Amino acid sequence: MAGVDELIAKEGVEEETVEAVKSLAGAYKYGWETEIEMEYAPKGVNPDIVRLISDKNDEPEWMTEWRLEAFARWEKLDEPSWALLNYPEIDFQDQYYYARPKSMEEKPKSLDDVDPKLLETYKKLGIPLKEQMILAGVDGAEDMPAEGRKVAVDAVFDSVSVGTTFQAELKKAGVIFCSISEAIKEHPELVKKYLGSVVPVSDNYYATLNSAVFSDGSFVYIPPNTRCPMELSTYFRINAENTGQFERTLIIADKGSYVSYLEGCTAPQRDTAQLHAAVVEIIIEEDAEVKYSTVQNWYPGDENGKGGIYNFVTKRADCRGDRSKVMWTQVETGSAVTWKYPSCILRGAESQGEFYSIAITNNYQQADTGTKMVHLGRDTKSRIVSKGISAGKAQNTYRGLVSMHPKAKNSRNYTQCDSLLIGDKCGAHTVPYIEVKNNSSRVEHEATTSKVDEEQMFYCRQRGMDEEEAVALIVNGFAKEVLQALPMEFAMEAQQLVAISLEGSVG
Amino acid sequence: MLKINNLHVKLEEEDKQILKGVDLEVPAGKVHAIMGPNGSGKSTLSYVLSGRDGYEVTAGDATLDGEELLDMEPEERAAAGLFLAFQYPVEIPGVGNMTFLRTAVNAQRKARGEEEMSAADFLKFVRAKAKDLKIDADMLKRPVNVGFSGGEKKRNEILQMAMLEPKMCILDETDSGLDVDAMKLVSEGVNALRDEGRSFLVITHYQRLLDHIKPDVVHIMAAGRIVKSGGPELALEVEHNGYADILAEIDA
Repeated sequence: MAGVDELIAKEGVEEETVEAVKSLAGAYKYGWETEIEMEYAPKGVNPDIVRLISDKNDEPEWMTEWRLEAFARWEKLDEPSWALLNYPEIDFQDQYYYARPKSMEEKPKSLDDVDPKLLETYKKLGIPLKEQMILAGVDGAEDMPAEGRKVAVDAVFDSVSVGTTFQAELKKAGVIFCSISEAIKEHPELVKKYLGSVVPVSDNYYATLNSAVFSDGSFVYIPPNTRCPMELSTYFRINAENTGQFERTLIIADKGSYVSYLEGCTAPQRDTAQLHAAVVEIIIEEDAEVKYSTVQNWYPGDENGKGGIYNFVTKRADCRGDRSKVMWTQVETGSAVTWKYPSCILRGAESQGEFYSIAITNNYQQADTGTKMVHLGRDTKSRIVSKGISAGKAQNTYRGLVSMHPKAKNSRNYTQCDSLLIGDKCGAHTVPYIEVKNNSSRVEHEATTSKVDEEQMFYCRQRGMDEEEAVALIVNGFAKEVLQALPMEFAMEAQQLVAISLEGSVG
Repeated sequence: MLKINNLHVKLEEEDKQILKGVDLEVPAGKVHAIMGPNGSGKSTLSYVLSGRDGYEVTAGDATLDGEELLDMEPEERAAAGLFLAFQYPVEIPGVGNMTFLRTAVNAQRKARGEEEMSAADFLKFVRAKAKDLKIDADMLKRPVNVGFSGGEKKRNEILQMAMLEPKMCILDETDSGLDVDAMKLVSEGVNALRDEGRSFLVITHYQRLLDHIKPDVVHIMAAGRIVKSGGPELALEVEHNGYADILAEIDA
């Protein structure tokens, strides 16, 4: 039982999960705090910590230097305050910047060792068995030594996805899919060329910090004219490394290639009031296309606004080649604070960027999220569909930039921002920035704000649905355009997440 | 089946008494009609029975098969077998009609401790019922009531009724906004559902609906009370002479 307790503390799962386990295991013990002292690097960040992280990852000297330069720069920066977010000042020296995965003896070895109630909760989240296992901390994720992977996990793993079978298949196709720390060692030429080329070290406070201290992340390279034979996902990584506070993802889609990438931050999270600052860089060459889908469900804090994750993420795609395409789809249901603007640099002629977003905030959650569409090339196109849902005492802001540069002749943007309010103590805000510096481009912006209608609620309830079912149904309808942009299995999961994250928002 | 006893209801927001002692009993398998002038409280009665917010019951009670209705949440009343066909069916953008129906059917089953209907069974079921009401596949896929014509909306209400198989159906001015053909179609749908275990309370302004859905008993409601009850001939009387005569007769 102790193992499960610790695990939950570490992963900082959905409150409900914690409740479920509590009810099963008796009082929830916070014994993991000592554990953290033992397993985490000392608190705070300084050049020694940066070197320690680099050292743990067995990095070459150039990488260590890159990090140290970033750190020196970060020390001179101030935390930005322009977002419509209100949170206590973060003491950056009161954080852990590196956490080692727990030793395997402490982890559940197979599904049989995992609390069934915990599994049930994951099931409720709509996560397939493989992920249930991973999220529950069962061994078998990629980075573990082969001996550790034995046990029954292998079989379950194989039957559901990723695993080694696919690794081989990916390799055959020429696709490189590995952790960024592995890529730094195995493919230094690619990493050197592209890392920091989309989100420069100097980009912003959190990105600079990330550049100094990122512990791991994913690396993807799709060779020219290759359609990645399957969707790639970062699900496994969350557990495998058991760190992930500062992830770095680098995706390179070479000429004429295609990849669909899924990022699932579903359910797991560390402890309360913790910092998560990730950077994702995507490079898209001529005629290549990347779809990047996220379902973010970090711990949102409790119903009184206590705890939760501060999520400061910089995601950017650079459509370098002509006719290149990127599509961001995000479902943001978790985190106490979200600061995130997945952006598209439309450099290549006729390149296209799309951004589909659902951001749900309940209780005391705050989200300031949106996108940047920077049109640099001629005949570029972008489309933004944002659906913000606020309940409880939450604040939800759409902040988006559409910029048409002088050379972006004949470019187009269409933006649609819809906000839905549940109750009368929450807020929705739309902050569009539009810059047009040529006279042949067109920008359209539509925005609506509505409330969940009493009539709709009564209609649904008269047909037999309870209040929560009714709200979930209405909200899923409101967000349908975005849900449809998600890959099938993700869409199902997202729908259920909508329902779960709005629990307690009515009545 | 449905028993209403001395029901007094006022608006929650203002001090206005709408129902002033309604007594009504609809036995199993019977069709009762309520007619009455505007503002007599007919629609309020349907809302209060189905549990809509905004009303306060100041006296009396209502039971469905002996169960106290007014203490239940709207969804509990639905699961207990009460169905209201809305006068103005509500639009729910983005929610497919089929999804809505399936969620409703399964919610009620769950509430009654029954197993949820499988996707395949549901599909078979809904297609058969839709066919009877001349509802095509396209209408099942469209968002609930969005862009539906008046006739389509009412047919959709009857489809929901057919799918949910309630014991007690209240039709609130189902004929409003319908042309003759649509009214016929809707009435046929309702008549097909008539059953010895199922009762209907048909609220209407006009006698013409009752040509299609033949009632066992007709009640006249005025100023928050049932003032007169009789056979189908009472509806004809209203049709010919209006409400004035009946009201005068009662005042006298």
